[in-house]
Amino acid sequence: MTDVKIKIEHKNFESPETGEAKEVIADLNITLKSGEFVCLAGPSGCGKTTLLNILSGLDKNFQGHIELGQSETKPSIGYVFQNPRLLPWRTVRENLELATKATPKFLDSLLATMKLTSEQQTYPEQLSLGMSRRVSIIRAFANDPDILLMDEPFVSLDPPTARQVRQLLIKLWTDRPHTVLFVTHDLREAITLADRLIFLSNSPMSVITEIPVSIPRDERQYEAQVESFRNKIFSDYPEIFGLL
Amino acid sequence: MQQQLRSQVLTSLSILIFFSLWQGLAFFIDSNTLPPPVTVAKVLWREIQTGQLPYHLGVTLLRLIISFSIAMILGCLIGIALGQHKQLNTFFDHWLIIFLNIPALVTIILCYVWFGLIEVAAILAVVINKVPNVVVTIREGSRALDQDLLEMAECYRFGKWKTFAHVIWPQLYPFVMAASRSGLALIWKIILVVELLGRSNGMGYQLHLFFQLFDVTSILAYTIAFVSIIQLIEWLILKPLDQKALRWRR
Repeated sequence: MTDVKIKIEHKNFESPETGEAKEVIADLNITLKSGEFVCLAGPSGCGKTTLLNILSGLDKNFQGHIELGQSETKPSIGYVFQNPRLLPWRTVRENLELATKATPKFLDSLLATMKLTSEQQTYPEQLSLGMSRRVSIIRAFANDPDILLMDEPFVSLDPPTARQVRQLLIKLWTDRPHTVLFVTHDLREAITLADRLIFLSNSPMSVITEIPVSIPRDERQYEAQVESFRNKIFSDYPEIFGLL
Repeated sequence: MQQQLRSQVLTSLSILIFFSLWQGLAFFIDSNTLPPPVTVAKVLWREIQTGQLPYHLGVTLLRLIISFSIAMILGCLIGIALGQHKQLNTFFDHWLIIFLNIPALVTIILCYVWFGLIEVAAILAVVINKVPNVVVTIREGSRALDQDLLEMAECYRFGKWKTFAHVIWPQLYPFVMAASRSGLALIWKIILVVELLGRSNGMGYQLHLFFQLFDVTSILAYTIAFVSIIQLIEWLILKPLDQKALRWRR
């Protein structure tokens, strides 16, 4: 794995109704070290999902340069969307087999880590939202991607389920380290997960500041630690308080 | 289980009442224009034994299979294309409305006049009549494709064939089934007219013959045979296909 370099000079969004172009991203420079877990935090609608769509290759209409993985091969991307986007007419196992080239043994181990072994022949409509989210995380990990993009994957989960899935994600990431770009506007979640936080401004989106998370990973389960780090961010960077 | 039994009893009762009403009406009218069900059944059996009915039914079914298959394939391809490309749809939308509104009889006559009283003209007439209906249904399905799932397939590099087979086709399936059902009902009615006007075999030809002979009993016997076959297609092919494809629903 190599470092990921993101440089977006301009990204315009054209309104389908009026046809007016609006600049949503301007002069955005982000570098992710190999195996680093980075959380992007910014206000709703600032263009975070647009950025992930650019990185995943779904949106090619921008000015700039993206460097993911080795240049001679097409980089492999794992994308955990805001909703799980599983094919409802295929079982959990079939969904994973269709989207990945992982060996059956590797899939078995991922399913076991995410506690979904007994659900692999189930159809997505019969799963809870938390389970579907876990399947989409496995799908993203299974291809051994150069970068993992996660777009608020725990939004609309109840707090205990979100906590459980977060813990499983961290276990999976610790076992198989990958470069992760995780979008959220929940600062507590970002502090719990990330090596580094990047705060983004409203449109046109650009980086306001970057803060490394100094709490050791084994201490992030304590809410007091996370809370005090959060308060420190707000006191050091009061402009962030209004953004989230 | 009890509900299934109740449903079977209701179906049997419904059929029994239908035939009783027919029998009662035939008895009341007492005319050759409405023979009782038993007389029709006897003629049906006789026609099966002589081989006449299986032959003509077979010919019509063959025409039905060929024209239905061509119309469905063409209709699906055009429908998907129009649903996916806005400009193409705007261009061909008026053509579609014109073809939808041309009476079936006009298409049949024109095909026979232009190409002669041949098999190809007969099949072509049926196909031209059916394709616009399939296109309209499939176009709606193609427009309603879930963009989120298509993006997922692109992101995970499904490729064209895998995207079609596992993402697009399952979403189009209910629309294809709807087009098949309405198509089957429409096509066999058109085929009979096609055969009546320009073929020397098939159900339509036979019905025309019976009409000239004023043989209502044979007309009803052939109708029962044909409706039974269409019902069998529904039970043995369409319904199992429906159940298999929708097994993932909660």
